[in-house]
Amino acid sequence: MRRRDAFRALAGLGLVACDTRQPNRGVLGATERLGEHVQSFLLSDHVPDVDDAVSPPGAFPVYHVAPRVPLVPDDWKLTISGKVGRAMRLTLDDLRALPRIEARIRHHSVRGWTAVADWAGVHLSEIAKVVGAKPTRYVELRSFDAPSFESRGYWSSWDRESAMHPQSMIAYEMNGRPLSPEHGAPCRFYGSVKLGYKMVKYLTEVNFLDVRTGGYWEDQGYDWFAGV
Amino acid sequence: MGTRTRTSQPLLIRITHWICVPVLAVMAMSGLEILRAYPYFGPVGAPWTWVPLSGWEAPSWLRAGGWLAGARQLHLALAWVLVANALVYVAYLVVSGEWRRRYGRLRRAPYALGLGLGALEVLSGLALWKPVQLHRLTFVLGGYDSARVIHFLAMLGLAALVLGHVIAAAVRWRSILQMITGGTSEAAEETTPDATT
Repeated sequence: MRRRDAFRALAGLGLVACDTRQPNRGVLGATERLGEHVQSFLLSDHVPDVDDAVSPPGAFPVYHVAPRVPLVPDDWKLTISGKVGRAMRLTLDDLRALPRIEARIRHHSVRGWTAVADWAGVHLSEIAKVVGAKPTRYVELRSFDAPSFESRGYWSSWDRESAMHPQSMIAYEMNGRPLSPEHGAPCRFYGSVKLGYKMVKYLTEVNFLDVRTGGYWEDQGYDWFAGV
Repeated sequence: MGTRTRTSQPLLIRITHWICVPVLAVMAMSGLEILRAYPYFGPVGAPWTWVPLSGWEAPSWLRAGGWLAGARQLHLALAWVLVANALVYVAYLVVSGEWRRRYGRLRRAPYALGLGLGALEVLSGLALWKPVQLHRLTFVLGGYDSARVIHFLAMLGLAALVLGHVIAAAVRWRSILQMITGGTSEAAEETTPDATT
């Protein structure tokens, strides 16, 4: 009888610790951190060789958290800040003037679909050079895609290693054309080593930080590392 | 046929079985919740409609985790438990010689099939979790979309096998009792005919 009671208590504790409404806490949070260690251990500079054709026009799904497609503000500039020599505000032309990289990348969504596109943009190391960024542990990405009027906008944060992966970039072109508003115009953070929700569209800020600042979905319980 | 006096279900076999069944069930249920986020297979714009149950949404009593993030974290957390449990079970079968001693050729086949499907689930699951970093594994499984189909079909096979096994064991209710108590020497004598060929 005592053994049965102990078992019941344990089962009850287990249910509380595995609260799936708050999956980044308790036992589930602990296993997420275990998963994060494994994921950063597995992370390499490997560049995936995608030889599939790009997904047909219109097939690449469109996601934003604002009720309507967010449109570029007239005075848009990309703020580069945080632990940097001097913070800067760059125009799209400033970005285009920096060395350009290109990659065909398979997009992996947390929902389970994948889609292929060609991307072009600036590698983060070029930006880091321009502003004299310190080698911080994290890079925070902010946007003007806002779920509500008060919100500071959709955001995410990356570990430095993933942000500096050879294919991680501030992308301004998709399939040879300037990024469309549906896919994050004027530029979004993009790469081949993270799930889609980490790759912030409608970029407004890139901050080099030593603190981890979570993210829009991550703070609601989605995996923070979210590598693929 | 034997009149064995030792307990017929060793403790480790019992523990790993009783961990495996509920964990597998919740794995499948959280998997169905994850699938609900995109219940199609194949590339975007050209879905593979030949995959059975494409577009099907599992009823809520068959799903676990509540929402995509909850189901994903639950699925990944239990994956560690399941793999550790399976390693202990297989290591015990091999080291103790129980594999050769216990199971006749006929009874060995479903177990081998179950373990094979389980291994396929783990490998395709790893490919879905880390399709880029484990790119060789993903390639061997035919790519991400293919690994997703394999993961789903192997789950259906495993579910059928485990359900069949549990139902068969329940019909021979004494073997369930043995799985709980470990069996007494009397019970072992009564229920050993299928222990050896």
